[in-house]
Amino acid sequence: MADKCTIVVFSGDIDKVFAAFTLATTAASMGMETEMFFTFWGLNILRKPKRFSGRNLLQKMMNLMNRGGAEHLPLSKFNLLGLGPAFMKIMMKQSRVPTIPEMLDLAKQLKVKILACTTTFSFMGYKEQDFLEGSIDKFVGAAYFLGEAKDAKVSYFI
Amino acid sequence: MKADLTLDTFGLLCPMPIVKTALKVKEMQVGQTLEVLATDAGIKEDMPAWCKSTGNEFLGLDEQNGEYRVYIRKLK
Repeated sequence: MADKCTIVVFSGDIDKVFAAFTLATTAASMGMETEMFFTFWGLNILRKPKRFSGRNLLQKMMNLMNRGGAEHLPLSKFNLLGLGPAFMKIMMKQSRVPTIPEMLDLAKQLKVKILACTTTFSFMGYKEQDFLEGSIDKFVGAAYFLGEAKDAKVSYFI
Repeated sequence: MKADLTLDTFGLLCPMPIVKTALKVKEMQVGQTLEVLATDAGIKEDMPAWCKSTGNEFLGLDEQNGEYRVYIRKLK
């Protein structure tokens, strides 16, 4: 059986997400069976860049602030109302570093399994059509993830 | 050193040289050799580690003015 690597992507900050994808794509490249479990803000990476989602008023207000889309992720430090991530994206482009959407494509190409948290999905009021088509392999809960992580030699929480 | 195939990753940063190597090696035949061109210094340690964990052979590395030429052989 191949070695396994499991990564919880809790954060939706561009810098942390970049680190998560760097490790995931490298693990898959090293022949490891790799799974990423997107939960909380991490689910934003898989969301379509829509302004409006949510079922009730609070969810709608929250999602208005918590905009979806891998192109709209904040920076964990020096966010400065979007100035920080804008600078960071230019710097990453100058260094020919892949964007987060490109990293997601690469991960899919390398057969990294993309898991999404059902609890976040429900309390944020998301619908399946709020997510990028074909991006999510499986909607799961904590028990499924822990079952996978238990067999993994390498497991991260980012 | 002469290799069957060459992969140019000049200017690319980690993890791209290793990811591109893995994708390239997947298309190669067992026994074929690959030359990877890189400028990311991480390749010096990363490529032997990649070979070790994937069971491929690390043949050697040349470094000149910040340019690396790494040679590997596909074993499986």
